[in-house]
Amino acid sequence: MDWIALSVSLKLAALTCLLLLPVGLWLGRTLATSRSRAKPLGEALVALPLVMPPTVLGFYLMQAFGVEAPFGGLWQRLFGEGLNFTFEGILIASLVANLPFAVQPVQRAFEAVPANLREAAWCSGLSPWHTLWRIELPLVWPGIVSALALTFAHTLGEFGVILMVGGAIDGETRTLAIAIYDRVQAFDEAGAGIMSAMLLLASFLTIGVVYGMAGRRRGCRG
Amino acid sequence: MSPFTRAGCRALLLGFALLLSPLAIAAEPPTVAAASDLQFALGEAAERFTAETGRELRLNFGSSGNFRRQIAQGAPFELYLSADEGYVLALHEAGHLEDAGVVYAVGRLAWLQPRGQGELPPASAPLAAVREAIDAHAAGQGRPRLALANPEHAPYGVAARQVLERAELWEASAPLRVLGENVSQAARFALTRDARGGLVAWSLALAPPIAARSEHVLIPESWHAPLIQRMALVEGAGETARAFYAWLQQQEARAILAGYGFRPPDDGFRPPGDGLRLPEDAGP
Repeated sequence: MDWIALSVSLKLAALTCLLLLPVGLWLGRTLATSRSRAKPLGEALVALPLVMPPTVLGFYLMQAFGVEAPFGGLWQRLFGEGLNFTFEGILIASLVANLPFAVQPVQRAFEAVPANLREAAWCSGLSPWHTLWRIELPLVWPGIVSALALTFAHTLGEFGVILMVGGAIDGETRTLAIAIYDRVQAFDEAGAGIMSAMLLLASFLTIGVVYGMAGRRRGCRG
Repeated sequence: MSPFTRAGCRALLLGFALLLSPLAIAAEPPTVAAASDLQFALGEAAERFTAETGRELRLNFGSSGNFRRQIAQGAPFELYLSADEGYVLALHEAGHLEDAGVVYAVGRLAWLQPRGQGELPPASAPLAAVREAIDAHAAGQGRPRLALANPEHAPYGVAARQVLERAELWEASAPLRVLGENVSQAARFALTRDARGGLVAWSLALAPPIAARSEHVLIPESWHAPLIQRMALVEGAGETARAFYAWLQQQEARAILAGYGFRPPDDGFRPPGDGLRLPEDAGP
């Protein structure tokens, strides 16, 4: 069992969840309540990483992260090194790859909140912030938990993107999924087996959480 | 409209037939599994072979260890060219190959760096850039990366590790090392601007697309265990694969390989010698 790789994976998954939570909330609510004609475009852009091959995403990120590219160069000027082969690099990759997982469940949950409920709250003198906090969030939290669970599990298993930009550095970019691949390549079935079982369990728990939340959502509507 | 009407059924059947049709075509080009250090050399050799014989081949490049596993599991490869002869011998022992095959080349390791990334080390001290990168990092001047293939499972990674250990730079280089999944990816990493360079297959450094944007210096052969590369026909290989296997042992093919820095073997067949590392067998 590669504990260092597990800790990298857990750190990556936790930070991805933490950073995507406000983004997912804001984007999910905006898309759910928007009546703009650009909405389908916004939804398509959010969903793109879901259907894009991870290696393609990894390829573009590798290009963008290089110190000769504008983004990578700017990053280097600010922080002293490029993004390829760094934890910050795989974190940014992970944020992009997980956007749909963080946004879509939240968006579905907000869509299920009747618009007249919000309007009733405003008529009763609640500020929009207050409405969000006291009325909407209690209704959409199952969606938020689903989003977090999916993002967490998906980050634990992210492989293609991280293989492209990571460089398998111990304690920095060698995640559990990469470590499994390396163990299989090195003919260490036992090592790969233990780590795979861990990821399988994590996936199973995630699905349990997501389905449990879906049940709750149905409950609050009925 | 239900898909289970007569027309719908027919369309479904036709769809399945189309999906399965590749399995039904008998005389398709054989698939060759080759180590990633052969990426360019074998491509050129195969082109020449096809031009001469009119027979097509399908080349698959990847990590030798991966192919070894796939062949053991019955993947439909007909010819296997490994960068580590141990894999071929292990597969032969397990009964997946026609015979123990032949040594087709001896690989060499090179220091590869992007063009204009600093001083190219002299041939007398090919690790000078590694030391320079380590010193720069120690002095707090950024983190110039050093790329190599993963020594856990890539033959060229094992050799690179031996070279660094011999020079007592393995520990010191740890914070700078980035690992490619195979030696091709290591070369790709070595040529990013984030890297000072890398220790990769000489055959890749000599390939035109890489040579155009890089400089390299050869690592002395005595600094690491020899990279003896062996190939063999997989059990049940067809006629075209056999012809290519024979052709690769001719002078013309050897000249192509030599152009990519592969030293020809002293003789065609080398029985397993002493001190040969047989990888643990992964079982059926």
